[in-house]
Amino acid sequence: MNDRIKILREKSLNAIPALSHERAVLITEFYKTGAPEKFSVPVTRALSLKHILENKKLYMEDGELIVGERGPAPKATPTYPEICIHSIQDLDILNTREKISFKSDAQTKKIYEDSIISFWKGKSIREKIFNSVDDAWKEAYSAGIFTEFMEQRAPGHTVLGNKIYSHGLLDLKSEIEIQISSLDFYNDPEAFDKREELKGMSIAIDAVINFAKRYSELAKEKAAKEEISERKRELEKISEVCSYVPANAPRNLWEALQYYWFVHLGVITELNTWDSFNPGRLDQHLYPFYKKDIEDGTLTPESAKELLQAFWIKFNNQPAPPKVGVTAQESNTYTDFCLINLGGVKENGEDAVNELTFILLDVIEEMRLLQPSSMIQVSKKNPDRFIKRALNIIKTGYGQPSVFNTDSIIQELIRQGKSIIDARNGGSSGCVETGAFGKECYILTGYFNLVKVLEITLNNGIDPNTGKKIGIETGNPESFNSYEELLSAYEKQLNHFIDIKIKGNNIIEKLYAEYLPAPFMSVLIDDCITKGKDYNGGGARYNTSYIQGVGLGSITDSLSSIKHNVFEKKILSMKELLKILKSNFAGNETMRQIFLSDTPKYGNDDDKADSLLKQIFEIYFNAVDNRSNTKGGKYRINLLPTTSHVYFGSVCGATADGRFAEEPLSEGISPVQGADVNGPTAVIKSASKIDHLRTGGTLLNQKFTPQLLEDESGIEKLTQLIRTYFRMDGHHIQFNVVDADTLRQAQKEPEKYRDLIVRVAGYSDYFVDLTVELQNEIIKRTEQTGI
Amino acid sequence: MQHTGIVFDIIKYSVHDGPGIRTTVFLKGCPLDCIWCHNPESKKLEPETTTKITRNKVLKLSYSETKDVVGREVTVDEIINEVFKDRMFYEQSGGGVTFSGGEPLMQPKFLKELLLKCKEQDIHTAVDTSGYASKEAFELIIPYTDLFLFDLKIISETEHKKYTGVSNKLILRNLIFLSEAAKKIRIRIPLIPEITDTETNLGQIAEFLSKLKNIFNVDLLPYNELSEGKNKKFNSKAQLENLKMQSDESLDKIKKTFEPLGVEITIRG
Repeated sequence: MNDRIKILREKSLNAIPALSHERAVLITEFYKTGAPEKFSVPVTRALSLKHILENKKLYMEDGELIVGERGPAPKATPTYPEICIHSIQDLDILNTREKISFKSDAQTKKIYEDSIISFWKGKSIREKIFNSVDDAWKEAYSAGIFTEFMEQRAPGHTVLGNKIYSHGLLDLKSEIEIQISSLDFYNDPEAFDKREELKGMSIAIDAVINFAKRYSELAKEKAAKEEISERKRELEKISEVCSYVPANAPRNLWEALQYYWFVHLGVITELNTWDSFNPGRLDQHLYPFYKKDIEDGTLTPESAKELLQAFWIKFNNQPAPPKVGVTAQESNTYTDFCLINLGGVKENGEDAVNELTFILLDVIEEMRLLQPSSMIQVSKKNPDRFIKRALNIIKTGYGQPSVFNTDSIIQELIRQGKSIIDARNGGSSGCVETGAFGKECYILTGYFNLVKVLEITLNNGIDPNTGKKIGIETGNPESFNSYEELLSAYEKQLNHFIDIKIKGNNIIEKLYAEYLPAPFMSVLIDDCITKGKDYNGGGARYNTSYIQGVGLGSITDSLSSIKHNVFEKKILSMKELLKILKSNFAGNETMRQIFLSDTPKYGNDDDKADSLLKQIFEIYFNAVDNRSNTKGGKYRINLLPTTSHVYFGSVCGATADGRFAEEPLSEGISPVQGADVNGPTAVIKSASKIDHLRTGGTLLNQKFTPQLLEDESGIEKLTQLIRTYFRMDGHHIQFNVVDADTLRQAQKEPEKYRDLIVRVAGYSDYFVDLTVELQNEIIKRTEQTGI
Repeated sequence: MQHTGIVFDIIKYSVHDGPGIRTTVFLKGCPLDCIWCHNPESKKLEPETTTKITRNKVLKLSYSETKDVVGREVTVDEIINEVFKDRMFYEQSGGGVTFSGGEPLMQPKFLKELLLKCKEQDIHTAVDTSGYASKEAFELIIPYTDLFLFDLKIISETEHKKYTGVSNKLILRNLIFLSEAAKKIRIRIPLIPEITDTETNLGQIAEFLSKLKNIFNVDLLPYNELSEGKNKKFNSKAQLENLKMQSDESLDKIKKTFEPLGVEITIRG
């Protein structure tokens, strides 16, 4: 990395996340003009984006090549009061909380107190949501049965395709104009809605082009004052780039990156979309520009790397918008889940790994930043060399890139009804979620606590935490004569809660479609323009809603323990078991040890436990898959936790797998922490027993000691381990290779380990930013690694 | 007839006992008493009690047993079922199954049956041996063994006796025999500071090997400090204390001793 990048990187690392009132003030100002009363909702939303981008403060760092910030400064993070109004108390908590804090000053507080809170009260979507869902939903939500992704953040979870690399925003604007002029008001009853949506899209395009022009002007001004001639030329170049893109299609690598970046800023300013936004298959999109620039002699591999590194830093400057309450607990991180995809296959099915793929891997290795995240897509067609290069980065303990199975992703997408071309152009985003990039609105709607449902089943519909009956009566478990009876009661209970969740989702999806359309996002995702429909209202070619199951390992081991110890070996009765669980194993350590050590556990390639895993998978799959959402699409499942397994654990009492009350649940499809004792091949065999191809993503976390990756032979064997998992249709695997002592040291002296990034669950995070519970869990995970 | 044998551990994703991803099955019982032994639990043929147990869940010892007993009598099928579970990993990586010990040839019929079943399913087999077994035992398994991992420790007979408790005559004779009869041999040399890693001893080993055929690799195994803790657990005399692993420079020097053999030399197998 050169000096320029070193300085920019250091600045980004040192910037302190702060809460910026800028966006809140501008949007409030705009809404107060009375515009919402004058215009349709999509037009109002587009005009508000325009107002923000016209009036926000610009920021340009010395030495920058790729320009543009969402806030008035790096890591100055905006709020979105139309979605979630932060109370003064929220601001205090955000300001002072130990982890994932956002600093705010007295001025911000005053502005919030005087003009933001009072204006938006009653108008935010969060309030609309809680006013629209029913009591059953609220009870289940407070009990920790599920979380709700859209209560503080807008639907997002999508990734850009290749459209912007061949179309300028002005080209897209022409397409919009054509659509508007061809609307058939005589025969199409939706023509008016379409026109308003398309008008919104067109205004949003102007907003983003003008924003880029402002940066072009700023760079020009700076250039005029600049005395160092080299920098002067750079600033002139920046000015030229920003005046050409995003209005026009990019002509070179620099323009392609800057174009994407303005698009990114547009999306994350319009709304605080979950999984912010993401360029997706970056090595594929950029390769033609790279190749041409190299051939023209206007670029060298080194200067390409510098531009890419400058681009990387921009992501790191945009923390995920502040979250509070349950949403903060389920996703307790600054990372905003931009997952750069490398490798995989081209749309014609050929091996897609190219020269730029390796340059991007160099960039990932050198930058070691929290954002963006990165992953490699591994197809059977990709060379081992590609995996090995990635493993050589992973082994440094950075937790990135994670490793995905392209061939599974494609089959998953095709099963869901995507065309083979759209599937091959897809990948994974967020943590592990499968999507048809550029063509799909695939929304994670909330995590679902598989273990809590068992607790409620074992209490015949009652939540023992509150004594409230929130489930249905599925029978007194003491009367069950077999494991099958218990399982059938569990299935009924689970379906009950999935129904509640889906009913809530169907309300929330409509609220967003109605009140918070996203005209700029709709410009970017096919086929919103041709349908004349918003991204949040079914405009995308494919529309998928996900419910993410959490605690698969914990639920399997708990059921295994009940089956094995209560119904088969009969070493204790159901009544005794319930008593022990209620007392959190007090005075029953021996029994807990039996549950821990002498009970079949998932993760050991033992069919006694793994057959139960398959049953749970089928129950969950059948409850969710193929139900209709409000956008003409379907519900699907995926199995990932972010940090919700810690939150979900905190609401669950002791479980029959020997877990104490309130301890974290297992994450993703990984075995319960410490339950897998037969090494990685057994874990992989167990994990392969569920049908990954019927999910939209699964997450498997594997822990390795650095020793296993020390030499070439270790890397080779791990490469083949990954290949074997993928031959068995595994979707994703990620590795943590930090030793426990280092982590303990980092806990003691966080200041010395500011840059220590570890794999949490589907994403990486700064170790020192994790809660103590999560830190301990990762230490525990790490300690069980020795083979 | 279905043979049974005494096995004390099965380790999957074993990556230092032959090519590719392997499963290593540890057969109990060893005629040698090496003072640096890193598997002291393997010496006695019978299951034995220890104060604390190592990881071992594959064998599904019952709860009380996992606390106290190392080793269990198992059938050939039990072991085969377990090792076949990872066949996809073997196929993908060019790996297979390694039988180690102890000295696996202490249970030759059991071992032969295990090897035969693997070969019937085209699974690559390796046998990790001290060489201290009858020629007949070797003859029994040679047809089903793709690779011998042959431990060669000390060439001087008196020294060998002093540190391992037995003469090396049989061992060297078997190695000469195997070099004619076996498919492939990898020589494994434990580098015990001041015992096996002396210039004299290593020179003599190189000299001995230079006369053999079918030697494809030499693995140099640096001293493993872990075994000290293990020895204490098994109430063995903790005879080696404060020994340090070889430095990288001394390993390089040792490697040079074997370079004239013209075979691949690896450190840590």
